[in-house]
Amino acid sequence: MAVRLEKSWIDLNISNVAKVAGHLGVYELANKNGEIVYIGVADATSNFGLREKLERELQHPRFGACRFRVEINMAYRTRHTELLQVYLYDQNKLPVGNEDTNPKTLGRLRPGGSIGQS
Amino acid sequence: MDFSLTEEQTIIVDMVRRFVRDEILPLEMGLDPDADEVSPEILTQLTEKTKAMGLYGLDTPPEYGGPDIDMVTRVLIAIECSQHRAGIYVPCYGAFGGARQAQLFEATASQKEKYLYPMLRGEKRVFFGLSEPSGGSDPARSIQTRAVRDGNDHWVLNGTKLWISGADRADYGLVFARTGGEGRSGVTAFIVETSWPGFNVSRVVHTLRSAKYATEIQIDNLRVPHENILGEEGGGFAIANDRLARQRVPYAAECLGAAIKAHEMAVEYSKIRETFGASLSSRQGIQWMLVENEIDIRAARLLVLDAAAKSDKGLPFRTESAIAKLVCSENAFKVVDRSMQIHGGLGVAKDLPLERWFREMRIRRIGEGPSEVQKHVIARDIIGSSLR
Repeated sequence: MAVRLEKSWIDLNISNVAKVAGHLGVYELANKNGEIVYIGVADATSNFGLREKLERELQHPRFGACRFRVEINMAYRTRHTELLQVYLYDQNKLPVGNEDTNPKTLGRLRPGGSIGQS
Repeated sequence: MDFSLTEEQTIIVDMVRRFVRDEILPLEMGLDPDADEVSPEILTQLTEKTKAMGLYGLDTPPEYGGPDIDMVTRVLIAIECSQHRAGIYVPCYGAFGGARQAQLFEATASQKEKYLYPMLRGEKRVFFGLSEPSGGSDPARSIQTRAVRDGNDHWVLNGTKLWISGADRADYGLVFARTGGEGRSGVTAFIVETSWPGFNVSRVVHTLRSAKYATEIQIDNLRVPHENILGEEGGGFAIANDRLARQRVPYAAECLGAAIKAHEMAVEYSKIRETFGASLSSRQGIQWMLVENEIDIRAARLLVLDAAAKSDKGLPFRTESAIAKLVCSENAFKVVDRSMQIHGGLGVAKDLPLERWFREMRIRRIGEGPSEVQKHVIARDIIGSSLR
């Protein structure tokens, strides 16, 4: 499995979000420049998993997010941590929407390969 | 052998049981079912309570500030501490002091100052880097990470470590590397700081569990000062082996705690759930499952206490700890599986802790030495050295 989430971006709108199933997993939001602005997790406290999380993003837009991509993953907690760590390694900072995460307690990864933003 | 509890043990068990019931279970209601940590503020509140109970730092020797308890009491606490959703891998979310790298108690005075005491004060996190892609159960033969002397003052390490918990968040840890030829005398333990160039945690290894997740470490021309050798050059295997034998006993007991809770839940559910006009508990098929649970738990409990008692008496307990680990992990898995079956669909839902215990208990049959390796250890001890 690739360390970075390298799926294509999808426009964040009602019809696209409605197609997302209620699985647990992780998701990323990007702004119009393709910059990742938030890395989120749909954990088991959500009633409708990834779709519920993205619906909230639609209802309360933030950070200029206009695109998303998801990964269904039952290991959602470790995968979320890994995506944040990889972003921190690639960009030397966290996405604007994740700035409440303390980089010192997040942990450090130094993965190989190229930066996975698209 | 008499395993009735002393007055002090009864008090401790009651105290820990109340702590889990009053502090941990309500807290857990608000957490994600796969959560493995609480906020630093809540952890501080919890540890204040365990310190007040005199039970903080369970695996820290009394001379370093840990509680003066024997292994039997440690096992009894482990059984109680693990009776909640996250209890198998994160008993009470680390409120009793969490894991310690026991090997650092063998460090030199200056190493203790730099590495042991900050760990004991909770200021620094540590990891234990033994297993490699080539294997973890037979480190004497499988370790391929190589350390080569560079002048008088340094060693240069190269290799890969796999299944290493907490390396991504650690400040330093132990890395076992081959400094000599094949076999146990060729392995040396190094204290390695994670900020040093050449130390790379390359990925999280996603498994059935989220708690205490594993990582992979790539070590690429990592320069380590000679003074960071722990123990003697070539003495790494003995250091690693001692840890594994000692930790196996409370590790086994933690399996048992979750099994006890799962069994309790199954008994209660069987009494309230009706099918075809009668309670599940009235069905012989269910009764036999509950009976098998009860027998599996009792047998495992006696065996883990036997291992602990031998350890406390200073007797050899390698065989007993292997038997305890084998039986506790295998029996607890069966108990959780049967309890899930009794709960039907609810058993596999994240509404209940059973599904998490099932996943984590499956790993438990492999972690700290798979069941087959425990059998190998037991066979070696009862047949003799011919299996070496």
